Amino acid sequence: MYDINRAESAVTQQDIKISASKVQVYYGDKHAIKDVDVEILDKTVTAFIGPSGCGKSTFLRCINRMNDTIPIARIEGKILLDGEDVYDRRVDPVQLRAKVGMVFQKPNPFPKSIYDNVAYGPRIHGLSRNKAELDEIVEKSLRGAALWNEVKDRLHEPGTGLSGGQQQRLCIARAVATAPEVLLMDEPCSALDPIATSQVEELIDQLRENFSVVIVTHSMQQAARVSQKTAFFHLGNLVEYGNTDDIFTNPQDSRTESYISGRIG
Amino acid sequence: MTDIPMSSEAQPRGNSLLSQDARTRKRNATEKRFRMYGVIAIGIAMAALVILLTSIVSDGAGAFRQSYLSIPVALDAETLDPNGNRDPAEMSKVLTLSYGKVLDKAVETAVADSGIAIEGLTSTDTSNLISKEASAQLRNHVLADPEQVGQTVDFNVLVNGRVDGYFKRRVSMESAARDANTSPQQLQLADALKEQGKLVTRFNWNFITNPDASDQRPEAAGVGVAIIGSAYMMLVVLFLAVPIGVAASIYLEEFAPQNRWTDLIEVNISNLAAVPSIVFGILGLAAFINFVGLPQSAPIVGGLVLTLMTLPTIIISTRAALKSVPPSIRDAALGVGASKMQSIFHHVLPLAMPGILTGTIIGLAQALGETAPLLLIGMVAFVREFPAAPPEGLWDPASALPVQVYNWTQRADPAFIERASGAIIVLLIFLFCMNLLAIFLRRRFERRW
Repeated sequence: MYDINRAESAVTQQDIKISASKVQVYYGDKHAIKDVDVEILDKTVTAFIGPSGCGKSTFLRCINRMNDTIPIARIEGKILLDGEDVYDRRVDPVQLRAKVGMVFQKPNPFPKSIYDNVAYGPRIHGLSRNKAELDEIVEKSLRGAALWNEVKDRLHEPGTGLSGGQQQRLCIARAVATAPEVLLMDEPCSALDPIATSQVEELIDQLRENFSVVIVTHSMQQAARVSQKTAFFHLGNLVEYGNTDDIFTNPQDSRTESYISGRIG
Repeated sequence: MTDIPMSSEAQPRGNSLLSQDARTRKRNATEKRFRMYGVIAIGIAMAALVILLTSIVSDGAGAFRQSYLSIPVALDAETLDPNGNRDPAEMSKVLTLSYGKVLDKAVETAVADSGIAIEGLTSTDTSNLISKEASAQLRNHVLADPEQVGQTVDFNVLVNGRVDGYFKRRVSMESAARDANTSPQQLQLADALKEQGKLVTRFNWNFITNPDASDQRPEAAGVGVAIIGSAYMMLVVLFLAVPIGVAASIYLEEFAPQNRWTDLIEVNISNLAAVPSIVFGILGLAAFINFVGLPQSAPIVGGLVLTLMTLPTIIISTRAALKSVPPSIRDAALGVGASKMQSIFHHVLPLAMPGILTGTIIGLAQALGETAPLLLIGMVAFVREFPAAPPEGLWDPASALPVQVYNWTQRADPAFIERASGAIIVLLIFLFCMNLLAIFLRRRFERRW
């Protein structure tokens, strides 16, 4: 039923990159995330699935503290990145976000040139000493996002002039350019057509070699295609977390089974 | 079960699409009516604008043309330089009165030489042909170059406002007959001199460069001091209101926590935008002049008052511009690890720039045309001295364009009505240029992204 061939690549014993325990998120009075415990592995694609409003995006945004920008959001519990609590008082979210890159649902390139889009992160973090090094980072990132061949002749044209799929890959290149350790993707393909989607999915599979990738998706097929680990969220709870094959073929929880068979959500 | 009529051609089941039913007709009529209201409203507005502009231009165009009498003036050395050493310091002791006598003689001679004979022309008519300002003009001219004394120089003398008005069709023979300040004979003389080419009407640069003049000499009045006063105030507003307003908006919009205090501030800013401008004048009088002790009639005080008045406008439009930047851009910047400040200054602010600029220039234009608060801080004073160059000049007395308009409309001589309309034209040209600049900047910044 699901194309899970690619996901079958063995999940060997890997390091734990992110470990969340007893995470609670409140939006004002609303308890949006309840007691989430999850361990995300390094060099693995982890998919968060679940019906709309189940809290998967909220939880994703907790990992790089993007929820800090929402004044009414309140977060409790611990999220450890390599053993360090990202919500520790001493952590500067700016440093954290350099380590934990993010790609958003809607492609949101800066209204600047393609080159400047990719170079922005390295520039503000001081990752290059001179123009040549910056050029190198930009090329490497664009190659990493499988976009180089399409844009190498027009690096100084506006990034907003690209097609939707290219824009999203540009955003991935931009996120990759700051050399993050974790890449968070919030429904990166929901605004893309099937061809662009398959390109981005291929890219995600390649990114796994260097990063720990966490992807939120509405599409169960996509989760099955790209991820090795899947977490199912429902009404703010993490219902089930395990190897993608197991979740899709042999769900333990009845809610997971209902969802993947299309009865809820 | 009803029988379906068997027919080779398809019949519409309900109403035909080709004819409108009552409901549709009514809806369409409503729409048509609404459109008509819109067209009428725009028509009324356009008509009002056209009437306004025509009336101002037809009244004010005359201010840009001025009649001059070109006559040889014998600069009598004994009257103008009694000591005979051509020292400007000593010569300045000679009052304009003496220059007036020199001029009177020059006009009389010129009229006699021209061979014009008009019945009933009195010597007062002849000497009053020229402006009362002319003697001061001549005095400045001579003091600037004392070596001219003793020679006969050709001098362009301003003619009397009535005679000038006659050539602009404001004064007629009939009205002159009833007027103590002129007479039909004087106008006939002027006509004759014009025919001989001694009296010419040409573009009036002095209207733009001259300071105001007293009630008896409308022909010499200009908007020079008012333009400089307005320009100085705009400088003050630009350097105070723009940075303060933009900084306040960025803080309120991007950094300030959402609580009761910021709500209160927000409500107050909106209220301030609606406060009548004269109230700001009272505030300026109390705070800047009475409390701080800044001088009256000074552009610095006017600028400060206009800054207070413009701030809410700039803050509101800047906040609207910041709000209109899509949040996805902020997310994108934060997502690659930009700090809040970097995300705002690198991404949000450039995108909001067209809106900020438009709001700022509209605020400035509003300030440029503002009259009421300036009346209260003494800008309505009669100022003939040009203020010094900034920054010291900001503390010197000056006038402002809208105040000058107000001032001139209060004067008795109808020639000042023409000057007032002329000043309005100057003001409108400045406002038009500012709006043009706003449009240009908006286009330019929009094209960049």
